[in-house]
Amino acid sequence: MKFGVITFPGSNCDEDAVLAVTEGLGADAVRLWHKDHDLQGADVVILPGGFSYGDYLRAGAIARFSPIMQEVIAHANRGGPVIGICNGFQIACEAHLLPGALLRNDSLQFRSQEVILRVENASTRFTNRYTAGQLLRIPIAHGDGRFTIEADGLRRLEDAGQVVFRYVDSKGNATAGANPNGSLDNIAGIVSAGGNVLGMMPHPERAIYQWLGSRDGLALFESMLAHVAA
Amino acid sequence: MGATPRPGDPVITPALVAEHGLTPDEYTRLERMLGRTPTFTELGIISALWSEHCSYKHSRPVLRTLPTKAPWVLQGPGENAGVISVGDGLAVAFKIESHNHPSAVEPYQGAATGVGGILRDVFTMGARPVAMLNSLRFGALDSARVRWLVSGVVKGIGDYGNCVGIPTVAGEVVFDPAYEGNPLVNAMCVGVLQEKDLIRAKAQGVGNPVIAVGARTGRDGIHGASFASEDLTEASEAKRPRVQVGDPFTEKLLLEASLELITSGHIVAIQDMGAAGLTSSSAEMAERGDVGVTIDTTLVPVRETGMTPYEILLSESQERMLVVAKKGHEDHVRAILEKWDLVAAVIGEVIAEPVYRVTEGDHVVAEFPGSRLVTDCPVYTPDAAEGADVQRLRAEDVHAIPEKAEESDPLWTLRQLLSSPTIASKRWITRQYDSTVRASTMLGPGDADAAVIRLKGTNKGLAVKTDCNGRYVYLEPRVGGRIAVAECARNIACTGARPMAITNCLNFGNPKRPEVFFQFREAVAGMGEACTALDTPVTGGNVSFYNESPLGAVFPTPTIGMVGLLECADDVVQGAFRTPGDAILLLGTPTAELGASEYLSRIHGRTTGAPPACNLAHERALVDCLVEAAAARVLSSAHDCSDGGLAVALAESAMMRREAAVGADIDLSAFASLPVRALLFGEAQGRAVVSSPNPDAVAALAARHGVPVHRIGTVGASGGSFSITVGSHRWSTGVETIADAWHDAIPSLMARVAISSDDAAPAAAGSA
Repeated sequence: MKFGVITFPGSNCDEDAVLAVTEGLGADAVRLWHKDHDLQGADVVILPGGFSYGDYLRAGAIARFSPIMQEVIAHANRGGPVIGICNGFQIACEAHLLPGALLRNDSLQFRSQEVILRVENASTRFTNRYTAGQLLRIPIAHGDGRFTIEADGLRRLEDAGQVVFRYVDSKGNATAGANPNGSLDNIAGIVSAGGNVLGMMPHPERAIYQWLGSRDGLALFESMLAHVAA
Repeated sequence: MGATPRPGDPVITPALVAEHGLTPDEYTRLERMLGRTPTFTELGIISALWSEHCSYKHSRPVLRTLPTKAPWVLQGPGENAGVISVGDGLAVAFKIESHNHPSAVEPYQGAATGVGGILRDVFTMGARPVAMLNSLRFGALDSARVRWLVSGVVKGIGDYGNCVGIPTVAGEVVFDPAYEGNPLVNAMCVGVLQEKDLIRAKAQGVGNPVIAVGARTGRDGIHGASFASEDLTEASEAKRPRVQVGDPFTEKLLLEASLELITSGHIVAIQDMGAAGLTSSSAEMAERGDVGVTIDTTLVPVRETGMTPYEILLSESQERMLVVAKKGHEDHVRAILEKWDLVAAVIGEVIAEPVYRVTEGDHVVAEFPGSRLVTDCPVYTPDAAEGADVQRLRAEDVHAIPEKAEESDPLWTLRQLLSSPTIASKRWITRQYDSTVRASTMLGPGDADAAVIRLKGTNKGLAVKTDCNGRYVYLEPRVGGRIAVAECARNIACTGARPMAITNCLNFGNPKRPEVFFQFREAVAGMGEACTALDTPVTGGNVSFYNESPLGAVFPTPTIGMVGLLECADDVVQGAFRTPGDAILLLGTPTAELGASEYLSRIHGRTTGAPPACNLAHERALVDCLVEAAAARVLSSAHDCSDGGLAVALAESAMMRREAAVGADIDLSAFASLPVRALLFGEAQGRAVVSSPNPDAVAALAARHGVPVHRIGTVGASGGSFSITVGSHRWSTGVETIADAWHDAIPSLMARVAISSDDAAPAAAGSA
């Protein structure tokens, strides 16, 4: 399985994603350039974190129009897997690969901290190596992470099991205190209706080794390999 | 020959000269160097280059006394950043710099551009930035204006570093009324490079093109360097336009493009256009290379029309670099810049003739002989004399200061100290900084005394820290200078890393005042002694004078930025007690010292007494002992004793990880002969609190290094009680009560409604 990691101008987690996939997972990764129209045979596309195009105008709003994104959208429409992390989640929403939007944190401040995530759906191609209800420790680092969606959309997400991760406290409860950014219903990550696009604000690529404080993010990438093998 | 005025240039008058910050003597010196009256453009150039900020004219002779050499030092002072070897062909570049004056009048942009500037200093050496640190000083948080400054500075640092994608992992923040009118904002950057990619900012090769790279030049920040070289006054607010405006997105592109340029082999030198912009970058590169240079300002890409050579030369527009490329490689350079959507323009060339020449088209508007532009700068050695008031304070018998009634319960005093903003958790600040990007942070903010990042591709770890206790330096500059280095080394060693080298940011008042120059000279002497004893040479730094406002001078604050090396990153030691049942040991010995303490400041509102003695042989032994103990893997935790003394160090060890707070049962009866408040809150140096499952091994190791070791307690249960026994007295409380005091202090202060630039404006207050 080959992962393609896109570098937009202003991406700053692209190298972290490449290393997570290559050194952490032991898979192949290829770097993709925003000005190109070629996914270079990548099976999975990662839209990494950062501040693409400076996040001017609105986070992710300009990146969706970049040349490579036209290929990513076509890839996703063919059912190809895409992971959007942090700024990548914002880009995926702007590109309508995922429903909803990410607003400024309710604190109006950037938040960099470890959060606890509860796995809400362990049957997706991104989470099959977790168990439902499992608690993960993964860092966040963002200023615009407050997930929101209209009431109908929220119901559709919940009914279809598209909510994949929620912010919870150490006992596993989705409390207001455990919500770092004011996201609707503590939602931290979702998948598309087709199940092939994942968007999440936390950074699994920063939780690959115990020496980083947690290796709970590795199983997300392992899940992709397991999905192909299955 | 030589330069002639442009049409419309103002006539050079004594008033114009004074406005440019030159003394009559300095102006005479300039005329003698040129052999004629300078043009307006030349006056502007000299005003910038001979400003304190660029020329170090009051500090150079003193700085020369610092130790700068060691076998692992690849680049000492004089370049954009210092560089040390860390083995395996890898090197570390690092530097600290101040952005105090801009931050005082425009905290958000002032702090942001401080981060941007120090990043560029590091990546121009060919190093990829891997960590940022900040050393901040503010007045008391009771003031709405201080809260406005804190909010703005923190957001400025965060927004810039977060966007560029460099983790901000460590630093320190101190609050004291001494910084009320003049906050200090010092930013440090650490980068990693292959030794073979090290590049220096030295113009070479006659005929090689000089290329401006990055953002276009605008009218912002003109005379920023001169602004940084004068006291802050009521009029400083009006100089807000001298503060530059940063764009971290462009910086990120410039970072990638610059590193690509450096490894491409198409360039010979590169330098940040920082303070004094194009002027200082081009003059310094020419001086280092001992060559001439000519620049045509009409070729510089600008943001607006009608800019004069004077403005183009002195603009401090951000995110710009000056590059000397190999002749014939211009298109390759352009292609790399275009890839990153940036501009590159040939604006001049390296010439054999030993002159620094600026033209506007064909018209020569400035011409200086040889490299004398930089080297002919005047040097001063002002009078130095200690102030009588400080001598009086230092001589005070602090033990005679009566205790308050509440102090009969030392846990009350402890909670007061833990909630002092200088000591309290800084998480309200650090959670606004991305500390985990680059996926290499082993210990980040609040995890230990220093931050540790893993060096990719190796099994090594790099520890980084900044430190300085300005109160000590104020009360006894030489001792304070020593302690700044020693404390930094202790913090580095507590993580298990071997201290390697330092960079410094010397924040002082007006050097023309004898008591300030005395502080400067003595503090630097103390630093030098400590650097020699600890084998941590100085690789560069920055001097910031004129940190004075109508409220007075700041505490003299020679901030130390240190890097240390962990040969095996997995040996890393964190700061908090972890395992119930572990023995708690004190390395080093308590004393009756209480002077210059946070205790006297917080509880009694007094800055007084002599700071604790600093025995450098003891400090060295403690550092060696901690490093060896980490490598022997006998420590569960290590945390040094500094602000607030032993009791604060113990309390922090128990609850710095709030969700994993543990109890501790402490018995200090062996020291019952000391005054209790000195025992608990005195700041005797050369000490660290460690916990270990194997106290005998720690004791044996300490004995071998000649470090006194005392078993003083046992780590308790999760959420257990924190108790201290001294002889027949025993005080006990739930660990959560001390955790609340430490963790909630700054958030509750910052939650106060008013955050304002207008309330209690210090300039207005001082002008009454």
